[in-house]
Amino acid sequence: MRWFRRPTPQFITIQPPTQRERIGKDLWNKCDTCGAITRTKDFVANWKVCPKCNRHERLDALERLDLLLDEGSFEETDADLVSGDPLKFVDSKPYPERVEATRKKTGQNDAIVTGRGTIGEVPVAIAAMDFPFMGGSMGCVVGEKVARVMEMAIHEERVCITISSTGGARMQEGILSLMQLAKTSIMCKLLQENRVPFLSILADPSTAGVMASFASLGDLVISEPGAYVGFAGRRVIEQTIRQTLPDNFQTAEFVQQHGFIDLVVHRHEMRGKLITLLRQMRHLPAAEFDEEGEQHRINTPSPKPAEAPAKAKKKAVQSDSRKS
Amino acid sequence: MSVQAFDFEKPIMELEERLGDLRRRAEEGDERAKERLARAEAELDRTRRDVYNKLTPWERVLFARHKDRPRAFDYIKALTTEFVELHGDRGFADDKAVICGTARFQGSPVVVIGQQKGKDTKENVTRNFGMMHPEGYRKALRMMRLAEKFGMPILVFIDTPGAFPGVGAEERGQAEAIARNMQEMFGLRVPIIALVIGEGASGGALGVGLADRVLMLENAWYCVISPEGCAAILWKEGSMAPRAAEALKLTASDLLSLGVIDAIVPEPLGGAHRHPGETFANVEKALVEHLKGIQDLSEAELLQKRFDKYRQMGTFREI
Ligand SMILES: [Zn+2]
Repeated sequence: MRWFRRPTPQFITIQPPTQRERIGKDLWNKCDTCGAITRTKDFVANWKVCPKCNRHERLDALERLDLLLDEGSFEETDADLVSGDPLKFVDSKPYPERVEATRKKTGQNDAIVTGRGTIGEVPVAIAAMDFPFMGGSMGCVVGEKVARVMEMAIHEERVCITISSTGGARMQEGILSLMQLAKTSIMCKLLQENRVPFLSILADPSTAGVMASFASLGDLVISEPGAYVGFAGRRVIEQTIRQTLPDNFQTAEFVQQHGFIDLVVHRHEMRGKLITLLRQMRHLPAAEFDEEGEQHRINTPSPKPAEAPAKAKKKAVQSDSRKS
Repeated sequence: MSVQAFDFEKPIMELEERLGDLRRRAEEGDERAKERLARAEAELDRTRRDVYNKLTPWERVLFARHKDRPRAFDYIKALTTEFVELHGDRGFADDKAVICGTARFQGSPVVVIGQQKGKDTKENVTRNFGMMHPEGYRKALRMMRLAEKFGMPILVFIDTPGAFPGVGAEERGQAEAIARNMQEMFGLRVPIIALVIGEGASGGALGVGLADRVLMLENAWYCVISPEGCAAILWKEGSMAPRAAEALKLTASDLLSLGVIDAIVPEPLGGAHRHPGETFANVEKALVEHLKGIQDLSEAELLQKRFDKYRQMGTFREI
């Protein structure tokens, strides 16, 4: 099927922030769930998973790509898209000022990073949402970049992967944000008709407009543990039904129990699981994993994390295993 | 007239009362009343125009929610014949917040889908105030697939304060149901026309609202969030809703200029709730016209146009 226009992407290879930049000034990190204190250096090296309670702290888009992609395989696309101001929206400050400030703060142009790369040597078209950028909200830029990454998946025969971390649609772009739900959902239909595998990965939080569009439409929907996943906000529901909701309501595990998530996968195991699944989907020989888990972690800080939890002991793909 | 009036309509109500008074006196033979009648009529006319032609976005939101505003079922009754209501999503339940069925429009078979608010408290309880559950979206999709199978165009009447935010709705996949509908509606090989008749709140509306032609009544609103919701988040205060309504650009004319809807269906001065009959006539005319524009397209053309329409929605810059 070829009834859609092909965008002309621009390619820019980005440099992920260095370890030093990520750690920042704080030497110690305190877990919001269990209160455990970890050296920030170790916490970051552990991909921001609490070594005590396994709480998965949010990662930004670049960290997520780092975590999942084969080292050095990433090539960013459409980095130059920035949002307009279709509504001339003003709350406490004009929307363009808000966007500018956020661009400076995060170093991203909008709440998503897209590009091509490989995972376990399987070519992927991948989009990672950036929660620090206005709560990972989907406006026109996010919608367009998701659509383009899906088109790229179709044209270049790549597996499509999206990683959501978002509060939903971006209010400041009003009805046009809402239309991004439609835009991305119709692209999912095209993926389906072109038999392009589509994996939707959910991270904390994955809610509202993004869940009510492409993020729910993956052939597989995979979540990080403990992620907040749902449509309506917890507070809105509590106000509507005038009851307090149980703690586990709208967690990834809760949603999985109700049949809307295929897998809940620990962050340290996500890459290994993807390699297994992607190579199955592409009819490639099984990946051979070695005993060391660290090779899974692209751009892992060296030296290796001192006390990686047992779960992190994963296996890495051998580079000579390709045969078809 | 027993129609509930808003504060901004007070000048009109007062003039109407005075005019009624003058008429009565004129009929009784009061010569001075007769003389003043014409002037009072002109003044009422002018005031009506003044008020109703300059409605603020928030005032339109109030109109869109007016308790006497015609509901989806009123349009179905007024505009179609032989309506046969069909029930259930074949999976869980029959969601009464949405009315679906087959009917004839201008003599030709169609499938109609209408988000139904109640006329009174009792009906609102049954209809859940027009807030659908996942089974409602799945029921609507089931009917749309029937439409495709039987080659019938689909007419959708949108009127919802949002998809229902509740425990069961989350458990049964509210987000997935809405997403799935948009994905599948895109592929339906029959014409789809959606008309926003009252409130078009976010995904709750869009979940049945992806269409070849999207029309909006003059005083309806359609947005990514309700003004109250937006005010609560951005201004931390629900009372800022009128300000949020302004900022969100949610009126029919805003949406037309943003390229999101295809046409505005005019309402008589004073709104659909004061003049349902004329409103039905306007809607009928618009539906006929827009259906004509798409029903002769080949399936491939129809889908291509539908794709183009949604693929290009949005504005951004490249730096
Ligand atoms: Zn912890």
